[in-house]
Amino acid sequence: MSKITRRKFLAGSAAGGAAMMLAPSKNALAAGSFEGFPDGMGVLVDLTRCVGCRTCEAACNTEQKLPEPAKPFDDYSVFDELHHGQKRRPTDKAYTVVNRYEPEGADEPLYRKIQCNHCNEPACLTSCFVNAYTKTPEGAVIYNAKVCVGCRNCMIACPFHIPGYTYNSVLNPVIKKCIFCYDTRLKEGKPPACVESCPQQVMTFGKRKDLMKIANDRIKKNPGQYVNHIYGEKEVGGTGWFYISNAPFEQAGFDIDLPKKPIIDNVKDFLAIVPMVLTIWPALFTGFHLLATKGKSHGHGDDHSAEQEDH
Amino acid sequence: MKKLATYGIKPHDAAMKADGKQWSLMEKLLLGLTLDQYIGQVIRNKFNWLLAFIFAIGIPVIIYRFIFSLGSVTHASYDYPWGLFLGFGLFCMVPLSASGFMLGTTVEIFGRHDFEPIERLALLNGLLGYFFAVVYLLVDLGQPWRLSYPMVYSFGPAAVLFLVGWHVATYLSVQVAEVSTAFFEWIGFQRGYDFIRKGTVGLTVSGIILSTLHQGALGALFLYAPGKVHPLWYSSAFQWLHFFTSSIPAGLSMVICVSTIVVYTMKWRCDERFINSLDRITISLAKGAAMGLSTYLIIKLIAVAHDNEWAYLATGWGQWWLLEIVGFVFIPLLILSYAIRNKLVGLCRVGAFMTVAGILLNRLNTALITFNWKLYQEIPHQWEIIISITIFAIYIATYRFILNRLPILYQFKSQSDK
Repeated sequence: MSKITRRKFLAGSAAGGAAMMLAPSKNALAAGSFEGFPDGMGVLVDLTRCVGCRTCEAACNTEQKLPEPAKPFDDYSVFDELHHGQKRRPTDKAYTVVNRYEPEGADEPLYRKIQCNHCNEPACLTSCFVNAYTKTPEGAVIYNAKVCVGCRNCMIACPFHIPGYTYNSVLNPVIKKCIFCYDTRLKEGKPPACVESCPQQVMTFGKRKDLMKIANDRIKKNPGQYVNHIYGEKEVGGTGWFYISNAPFEQAGFDIDLPKKPIIDNVKDFLAIVPMVLTIWPALFTGFHLLATKGKSHGHGDDHSAEQEDH
Repeated sequence: MKKLATYGIKPHDAAMKADGKQWSLMEKLLLGLTLDQYIGQVIRNKFNWLLAFIFAIGIPVIIYRFIFSLGSVTHASYDYPWGLFLGFGLFCMVPLSASGFMLGTTVEIFGRHDFEPIERLALLNGLLGYFFAVVYLLVDLGQPWRLSYPMVYSFGPAAVLFLVGWHVATYLSVQVAEVSTAFFEWIGFQRGYDFIRKGTVGLTVSGIILSTLHQGALGALFLYAPGKVHPLWYSSAFQWLHFFTSSIPAGLSMVICVSTIVVYTMKWRCDERFINSLDRITISLAKGAAMGLSTYLIIKLIAVAHDNEWAYLATGWGQWWLLEIVGFVFIPLLILSYAIRNKLVGLCRVGAFMTVAGILLNRLNTALITFNWKLYQEIPHQWEIIISITIFAIYIATYRFILNRLPILYQFKSQSDK
């Protein structure tokens, strides 16, 4: 942790004060036009190719040095697991999980890999009050554990139910989630461990805009094989990882009711009133005070000498 | 205390003793009783036994949480990252503490000095409510020792929580200043009292600004979760207005509730002025609460119309929503209106208790009950419930400790009055 000098501290406080007044509206406006970094990387996930071998889960576990799971990675009974009636989700011990779904009228089950989708305009990032999240120009959404206070607002905000939390740590509980193998691979231009490990080439790594063309081509050139939708192209403002599928997305456990605009757009109405209240209220209420007490004795609040009268 | 009064013992309420000597701090803390008398009345009070029982179980559990992590006292849910500590502690305590800025505005800004007998109770209610909301927050945060980070170390100014953090911190200091006048009177620090009184209008106006924004911001926090909060409790355009307008009847009703409890259980501490004006003030506060409720009800209905969510009313969640809106907003509104018209103080109090219950239900519905309505229902861990009850008991004990001593319910007889 970098040491805070006195000067830094003072500058920080002043900036914070100023930021409180100005920044919400400014950032909200700037955020509106942001559609991701032009050369941000992404991954196209083709659900039709996945066979549910869980190799990606194992690769992730090794790469991120995660603890050994309760059941080994070749144990396929995890597909039948239900927690509170829900299929598995990423946790602080597993950044990616594969689930099995049975779409209506299909002969074969459908497998879907879940991990952080690395949104263009992430809800976790915009909801964080200490700015612990960063969307890097390479396309990863990374997290700085050193500033995290542990409010878990990012877990509330994430529309894909991704961030996990090390609740059982006493002194240093932190958020744990897929970071696109940023530190070890993406920074050097290499694909993440899960993509590299996949024996079925389910995932294609590349620039997001190039991948989007590939996805469209694949849908166009194989009529009838895919539903005509790229999940993640528009959802919550676009995601770095996106999916194509042969079954309707809702039957593969996707939330298809998500807004097309970034989550932060919902909050902008409120953020816009903040500077208005800050600037208008002082004059308005001081004015009320002058109007209401004009001509009356200015006897201040605790002047108890006068007998109270009923107004 | 009632028993002592029959022996002609009067509690401490003036700067000077009857014989003209100063009270010592120890004597003030013991309410002007001897140590034996004080301990005697503490033990006689059955309510203290209940508090002791709660503390005996709850405080070890709180210590356990800080030794063995948050995961040891909650279900450590990834889907419900906010449980009772925030769902109840933060989201319910804060609207119920809107009383401070409401009554501050009435008396100091609009010059309605006829509300003065209850002003300090409302200010104290605000201060303690916020303070204990922060206590709940500290129990809930993963790393509470980093609470000051958003202020001094790392800034996320576009986040709603950033605004909540800054405003609650600033407003807490404003409220400390507002309540400190009573404390300065009590310890006899006249200059401090005069200094704060000079800044009253400024403090009150900043209280209004901060309250408008953070009461609304608590609602806006849920705007980050459009798919998770049920659509009937979610409104992108009106969420902050719902939370802000409902905090007005919530704060006013809370003052009615607290003053009712106080006048029945701590009558010895209330002076003539407080007791004699309470009926009149209760009806006036009820008027404010009724106006607040009707505004809130209309904006709630507009929000449903705005997003065209009428179809949801036919579902099970819709019935639950109707129960909240009809049973705990519309019916209290009718009760309050009837009571105001016929000047029925008792019925005003019934309406106020129902309003408070309605706000609790609304906040719990938004934060916990309808949250993740597409997934499953989270039932809080038993220890999470015990900790929540314990902190609330500490809140009540602190509240009573201060009411017993500081000139909140009675007027301090200063030296100059003699």
